[in-house]
Amino acid sequence: MAKVVAVTGNEAVANALRQVEPDVCAAYPITPQTDLMQRFSAFVSDGKVKTEMILVESEHSAMSACVGASAGGGRVVTATSSQGLALMWEVLFIASGMNLPIVMPVVNRALSAPLNIHGDHSDAMGARDSGWIQLWSENAQEAYDNTIQAFRIGEHPDVRLPVMVCMDGFIISHSIERVEYLEDEEVKRFVGEYKPVNPLLNLDHPVSYGPLILPDLYMEYKRLQHEIMWNRVKPVVLEVAEEFYKLSGRRYGLFEAYRLDDAEIGMVILNSAAGTAKDVVDEMRNRGIKAGLLKPRLFRPFPYEEIGEALRHLKALCVMDRADSFGAYGPLFTEIASSLYPYKERPILINKIYGLGGRDFMPEDAEKVFLELKDIASSGKIKSVKEYLGVRE
Amino acid sequence: MKTWKELTPGCVITEPGSSVKFKTGSWRTFRPRWIPENCIQCLFCWIYCPDMAIKVKDGKREEFDYDFCKGCGICARECPGKKGQKAIVMEEEGK
Repeated sequence: MAKVVAVTGNEAVANALRQVEPDVCAAYPITPQTDLMQRFSAFVSDGKVKTEMILVESEHSAMSACVGASAGGGRVVTATSSQGLALMWEVLFIASGMNLPIVMPVVNRALSAPLNIHGDHSDAMGARDSGWIQLWSENAQEAYDNTIQAFRIGEHPDVRLPVMVCMDGFIISHSIERVEYLEDEEVKRFVGEYKPVNPLLNLDHPVSYGPLILPDLYMEYKRLQHEIMWNRVKPVVLEVAEEFYKLSGRRYGLFEAYRLDDAEIGMVILNSAAGTAKDVVDEMRNRGIKAGLLKPRLFRPFPYEEIGEALRHLKALCVMDRADSFGAYGPLFTEIASSLYPYKERPILINKIYGLGGRDFMPEDAEKVFLELKDIASSGKIKSVKEYLGVRE
Repeated sequence: MKTWKELTPGCVITEPGSSVKFKTGSWRTFRPRWIPENCIQCLFCWIYCPDMAIKVKDGKREEFDYDFCKGCGICARECPGKKGQKAIVMEEEGK
């Protein structure tokens, strides 16, 4: 039986980690993730979990310890934000290259400089090419549900890859929401017992991790990584989502489509701001404007075909990026443009950069975008492909 | 050579001691030469060798294992020799 609680996103995810009870956790505090790991380490100190908690001197060490523990044969978690994720960067590629299914909640926060502790997606977007699976979460419930599913996805024998679970810093991590918890036993049964593959600690079958691979073999290893990410992850994400639906009654896919089927104009938007934008979609519909929305859940690997198919019928579409790729379009925009490229008939695309460093994304901002899209759909003209939204010009 | 389909995921090597198959001696540009008449069998070369390129049998060193000696020269540097005469000298490969 589900238990309904009022908790923050950090609290919900910490509770998911308690219910999973991983073997090892190595973490370093960073705002806004601090509170998540503080709660989890309290579970460790209070004897609620038997997890080995390793307190390290940096995120680089945290991820390194996770790599060691995972190669050793344990189920391993950590969590981070912003500069912490940036400091982990080189070790992220080692975790994925060694096929280590580490689970890491990322509480999204802006990158310095200027120093800013609030929510945007610059951190996770900077790690998008690291070979990690990325699940994005609109609210505390999705962050909780994605965290539990992340273990099953990453540890699946066809996959064996690390997973990031992204949620917006402060907006989700520190706001109290209604969340439905599963029972501890349900979660334990759902994730199952961890089955290590080639563990270092199996002394009867000694193995080596991290060999030097020269030009004669390196590309074959990358080809294998590509194969797993390109072909094997998506079906597992859907299979795990189906099983999770049977357990929880909450349905997940590769993305969420909101009033999109008969829409003429649309918005693609990640995480918490999608909630605000969905309200505005309803308001647009009440005013007779056929607006719709798509919220990606699986960003890596990116489901190009499925998303392209879901968006191709629109007349005009705005891709909202809460991170900039300076000198280029936003990171989400380039993916959406790629997903629509195969179609001759496709929507006119624009890109808005919004919400950087925790700048509020208000219903008026979404409304402004939909009204601009309505004009583009009727006139076929755009004034600028890429623009900052909600900024003082 | 293996195709990507034949690889162990994660670049994990599941066979112990497989490094003997990877002969690294071809990296060498300087080659150590052992001069037995100057050798006092102190085995400093065996202790200091960062690989396992000094073959030892019954407590006495024998010839270098040139399949794995990379020519780092540490053995020649550490060799005390006999009466100031080194038992290991480095010589340029191919000369």
